[in-house]
Amino acid sequence: MTGPAAGGAMLDVRDLHVEIAAKHGTVRAVDGVSLEVAKGEAVGLVGESGSGKSMTLRAILGVLPAEAKVTAGQVVLDGVDLVPLSNSDMNRIRGPKMAMIFQEPMSALNPVMRVGNQIAEGPRVHLGYSKAKAAERALELMRRVGIPDPERRFRAYPHEFSGGMRQRVMIAIALSCDPEIILCDEPTTALDVTIQDQILRLLARLCSESDVSLVFVTHDLPVVAQLCQRVAVMYGGQLVETGNVHDVLLEPRHPYTLGLVRSAPDVEFVRESLVPIPGAPPSLVTPPSGCLFHPRCSFAEEDCKVLPTPLRELPGGRSTACLHYERCEEELAAERAGS
Amino acid sequence: MGRMTFVVRRLAMLVPVAIGVTIVAFFMIHLIPGDPARTILGLHATPQRIAILHKQWGLDRPLVSQYWLFMDRLFHGNLGQSLYYGGSAATIIFQRIPPTLWLIVYAAVLAVIISVPLATIAATRKDAVRDHVVRAIPLLGLGMPPFWVGILLVYALAIKVRAFPVSGYGTGFVGHLHSMFLPALTVAIALAPVVIRALRASMLNVLGAEYITTARSKGVPAGRLFLRHVLRNAVIPAVTVLGINIGFLVGGTVIIENIFAIPGIGNLMINSVFQRDFPVVQGVALVFAVLVVLVNLLADLSYAALDPRVRFDR
Amino acid sequence: MSAISFPEPALAAEPTEHALPRRARRWYRQPALASGMIILAIILFAAIAAPLITSYDPLKENLGASLLGPSSHHWLGTDQTGRDTFSRLLYGLRTDLRIAFIAVLFPFCIGTILGSIAGYFGGWVDTVLMRLVDIVVAFPFYVLLIALVFVLGPGESSIYIAITLVGWVSYARIIRGEILVAKRQDYVVAARSGGLSSIRIIGRHLLPNVITQAIIYAMSDIVQDILAIVTLGYFGLGVPPPTPDLGSMINDGQNFLTTHWQLTTFPGLAVVVVGLSLSLIGDGLADLIRPGHS
Repeated sequence: MTGPAAGGAMLDVRDLHVEIAAKHGTVRAVDGVSLEVAKGEAVGLVGESGSGKSMTLRAILGVLPAEAKVTAGQVVLDGVDLVPLSNSDMNRIRGPKMAMIFQEPMSALNPVMRVGNQIAEGPRVHLGYSKAKAAERALELMRRVGIPDPERRFRAYPHEFSGGMRQRVMIAIALSCDPEIILCDEPTTALDVTIQDQILRLLARLCSESDVSLVFVTHDLPVVAQLCQRVAVMYGGQLVETGNVHDVLLEPRHPYTLGLVRSAPDVEFVRESLVPIPGAPPSLVTPPSGCLFHPRCSFAEEDCKVLPTPLRELPGGRSTACLHYERCEEELAAERAGS
Repeated sequence: MGRMTFVVRRLAMLVPVAIGVTIVAFFMIHLIPGDPARTILGLHATPQRIAILHKQWGLDRPLVSQYWLFMDRLFHGNLGQSLYYGGSAATIIFQRIPPTLWLIVYAAVLAVIISVPLATIAATRKDAVRDHVVRAIPLLGLGMPPFWVGILLVYALAIKVRAFPVSGYGTGFVGHLHSMFLPALTVAIALAPVVIRALRASMLNVLGAEYITTARSKGVPAGRLFLRHVLRNAVIPAVTVLGINIGFLVGGTVIIENIFAIPGIGNLMINSVFQRDFPVVQGVALVFAVLVVLVNLLADLSYAALDPRVRFDR
Repeated sequence: MSAISFPEPALAAEPTEHALPRRARRWYRQPALASGMIILAIILFAAIAAPLITSYDPLKENLGASLLGPSSHHWLGTDQTGRDTFSRLLYGLRTDLRIAFIAVLFPFCIGTILGSIAGYFGGWVDTVLMRLVDIVVAFPFYVLLIALVFVLGPGESSIYIAITLVGWVSYARIIRGEILVAKRQDYVVAARSGGLSSIRIIGRHLLPNVITQAIIYAMSDIVQDILAIVTLGYFGLGVPPPTPDLGSMINDGQNFLTTHWQLTTFPGLAVVVVGLSLSLIGDGLADLIRPGHS
């Protein structure tokens, strides 16, 4: 991915490969993904389910499920490669340097532990706070993320909260040790649209206030548009397009991105109809040859079925993996001319 | 509903069960073929003795008034006269309750001590060799007759190696701990397979849960992660399983007490069976049922204490 | 198990959890199930063919040859009255296995029927049954068993009656639980809207799906019954002597534990092996129905 706007990369993921051992073969869940995130920057990671975006996040933090392994690549945070670190070493990174928030807060919070204690756990473990001091910090965080009546809510259990409130708790947990970067795994997908908006605004505010970077995984394009400055599009475990949010979403340079954009309702650019992408996601055990997307691509040509498709830089700080990206420009132009 | 309501509700549900238990206990005497008094007295039957028993047990009255008599006596703490010892059955029985309680608690503790580490070893490396080894334990353990295990343990640890006494209750707290170790271990070995299975299954469940990933991503160190997150959640279904098997735990003491000559109510029951002392048999059965009901209640309450979601569930 | 009939739509959708998958045809590939059945087959064969395997009469006493150690004549030696231990073991297995396998049938049938009625109809029927279950369960198994055997007198029929009165409970609970879930399934709703009678629905549609759980439980129940029979035998409350019985063998051998440990150990081991085979079968079946759940 081409260099970010300012400050040099804080998180630098280089050619990450994650494989999952499954009964029917080895699944290449993440196949050569590179990503740079600068200080205070919000980067979106978009794709369908199964595109490898969640696995990428988990690989960064080292919380992959037991069957999955990082087989190649580096995850460099502040100059240190995290991949070879042991679990106990990583535990010192998780919390103070990097944190993660999850999609389903009901299942992502310990059901038998009081909410306040879950928020206070990080500072107790990492910052050596006493019980009282950690509780103070938890209350302060609860206020910051907008949980009303924090003194009473401290002693409550997760199931006593609504979905939106639980997500705020998750955010409070993530913030508890002042991390430099927060990895977000579809945190708003399971929420009502109105609550979604509140949470997104909260995240945006918190990040600009504390200069915290975000990597925001979602399949929901409008969310990315609202929150992120840059975006990377994933398909079948690979990156297919990257760039500035505005450029990528309004002027996609990859047929898959174009398909995504067309199949999403967009308030700004009203279309005639929503057009879903035909076909199904590729098998990650026996992937198609050449470009992974070619079986579903309306622009596919002979070389797409054979040639490898690494990301290539385009002018304007963006890149694409499509061999025939100009077709996208033509399509869009035609569409706008016609409407 | 709050905790209090939950407790009250559970207690209320006990009432019909308690009444039913008394009915069953009462009815046992009528299952005896022929004239119960004559059958029980057996060789000692004389017309006078039969008449005495008839009067004592109200056998000449209609069924309902017999039950009334039974319940009336029960409420006054009268479980009848022991045919063998001659005195109040209730006194004899209550005297013998402490050793049985000792055995039950000791066995439960040992069962937990055995099961938790084994289940942990298995669950943390699913399908590895150690998992298969632990999973094999219930397969063998469930088929072992507890009394047989007891006999072998006595042979190995009390006769060959004189580490523990062959039988008896011992005196004083430490004496009890020492004398009751083998019997408690026997019951624990009988109980462990069930607990190991349940705990392993619930641990596997918990280990795969999202909130464990959250805790890991918080950087919670392994020890704390295991205790406060994994185990704390995994014990909940295991407590339920333990509760379901309480009858087995309590009932197993009957056999084991006899093998190890422990002066508890289980041994009393078996001896009374051989002594044809029906009132004591009936009394002990009743006491056992009450014990089971109470322990079940305890298990339910622990479950509610452990799982905050329960109170809000209906 | 008979073929399960599904209305068309259900076939196209995800199979219900208890429908036997096509994998059922490859049951012999399951290591647990296969090894369990092999072991059980060996034991059953040994027990049934006992007269062919051993020439000794298990009841014949021969005081001149008492307490002999293992030899080529007596593979496991003799007991205190000169009876051949190995023969007694085989015949004892025969007795105990026979009683256990028969004993499991009554609770199975009664429990299944009562449980399905309670589960399907619900309401006060269910409440009454569940209270009844609670009452029976309040009495510890062995307490009730011993009390009943005492009351009814020793002997085989007492064992059947006692085990039935105590054992139906587990089956009732299992079947009731399964039916509570199953009756919400589409194929049941379809059958009801087709105007089928409750009995037909329970008998031909619900039970075949739900019975597998009871069968799996029955495996462990047989083990429990064997243990109960052997325990009663140990106390002299079971099968009356001189019929060979593993429990009374253990009791007899107890006095000679230090010198002739095989008299006590082997009957117990026989029970353990039988228990192992049945548990393997139960686990294997459970795995077959719900892979990865055992």
